[in-house]
Amino acid sequence: MEKVEFKTKLKRVSKAGFFNFWRSGYVSLASVLVMVVTLLVIGSVIFISAVLNITMEELRNKVDINVYFITTSQEKDILSIKTKIESLPEVSNVEYISREKALENFRLRHENDQITLQALDELGDNPLGATLNIKAKEPSQYEGVANFLNEENILSSDGSKIIDKINYFENRTAIDKLSRIINSAEHLGLVLSLALVVVSIIITFNTIRLTIYISREEISVMQLVGASKNYVKGPFVVTGVLVGLISGLITMLLFLPISYWLGGMTENFFIGFNIFSYYLSNFFQILFIVVGSGIAIGAVSSFLAVRKYLKL
Amino acid sequence: MALDKVSFTVEPNEFVSFVGPSGAGKTTLLKMLLAEERPTEGKVMLHDMDINFLSSQDINFMRRKIGAVFQDFRLLPNKNVYENIAFAMEAAGRPDEEIESDVPHVLELVDLSPKIWNFPNELSGGEKQRVAIARAIVNQPDIIIADEPTGNLDPANTYDIVQILKKINNLGTTVILTTHNKGVIDSIGRRVITMQDGKIIRDDVTGKYIL
Repeated sequence: MEKVEFKTKLKRVSKAGFFNFWRSGYVSLASVLVMVVTLLVIGSVIFISAVLNITMEELRNKVDINVYFITTSQEKDILSIKTKIESLPEVSNVEYISREKALENFRLRHENDQITLQALDELGDNPLGATLNIKAKEPSQYEGVANFLNEENILSSDGSKIIDKINYFENRTAIDKLSRIINSAEHLGLVLSLALVVVSIIITFNTIRLTIYISREEISVMQLVGASKNYVKGPFVVTGVLVGLISGLITMLLFLPISYWLGGMTENFFIGFNIFSYYLSNFFQILFIVVGSGIAIGAVSSFLAVRKYLKL
Repeated sequence: MALDKVSFTVEPNEFVSFVGPSGAGKTTLLKMLLAEERPTEGKVMLHDMDINFLSSQDINFMRRKIGAVFQDFRLLPNKNVYENIAFAMEAAGRPDEEIESDVPHVLELVDLSPKIWNFPNELSGGEKQRVAIARAIVNQPDIIIADEPTGNLDPANTYDIVQILKKINNLGTTVILTTHNKGVIDSIGRRVITMQDGKIIRDDVTGKYIL
């Protein structure tokens, strides 16, 4: 009975889907508009999560522990402590600042402050101790590192105490608060954006369902003429894919001026993050996600919606 | 309950008309012939198979062998005349070359060749019904089922449609028709089954419209 091959069927179904999209005019336009809104939401989630990630990264990098050594401590003792700390699994890196370097930094910081510099010269000797700046991999791990330093009564080779102070215990509340904020911001952001995405997908799904509801008579006619289920479904799915594809491309075009306009603002607010350059440098990745989501939402919604009106 | 213990047989190449007041069950009966509805009891036999036991795939094959025409035309609004007729052939899995040669041919048969590229909303009622008939016959079905095909048409178009159905019947296709129209029945002059309240009350070999 069936005399045509798959290629011909595919051609017929695609053609019918394309004509259906084109000839439905306003109905297709309505679906495209709603789909564009959904894809804008999905795209915004990508941008927001990028902004969040980069901000978190910045904040994390700002948190550290400074260990101040007394001025008389030996460099070799400090370096041996440094290697010990570096061997801790939580620690990502340790920076050693020698007494001389600390003095140099101090002078640099106060180069416009003559009085302080004069007072420093009066002293004759270098009043600053060496420091170790420790960065942990996660903000929550600073406590462990600080406790290690405290418990491990770190002594010099001759047995005297060489650590002057560890500033973690002063910064502790601030660090704790920050890591809590970072965590909850990430969770909240994830939940909120997921909710937004789900809501807009539901709206799009319902819009597409309505457009197919308009065609429910046609669907029954097609079946009365003897068209198989898949042959009836096919063109509607193709139309859905087209709606997704076109909406995806429109959305990508819209993001160009939007991110350009927001670029300057984000650059001032989140240090060094320009949303426009992020958009350009990740263009193909974002294109793939946005257009891909559009096509998937369009195809799946159409598929499910037609199924409802198929008898047999 | 729309139908109650109906029983009849239609022979190949017959032209049978069902008449009766609205609500007599004519449309329900035709829906059962197309397996759109199923009887709670009893059988609908096509050749020697009960169509209520067919798989959905076999129902599709069966429907390609039965052309259906309705009072409200049921054309696909987003397809032009050519595509509406071609759709039935595509659904039946016919190759492109056959479609390209058969569609103009069948349009000639219903005398609608000039409107081949028009859309349904650009056609009159009579023209739409002729497209519907062309779609119904293009797969050379064994049977044409026409449910009040002239219900929405003026007398001139009604006459044309009846002439087309008679021509199709003369070419060897069984025609099953329902109608309210006395003139239609009288001009056909073939077998008439009269229904009332879901029952067959008369079955005349060369019937007139009697109620």
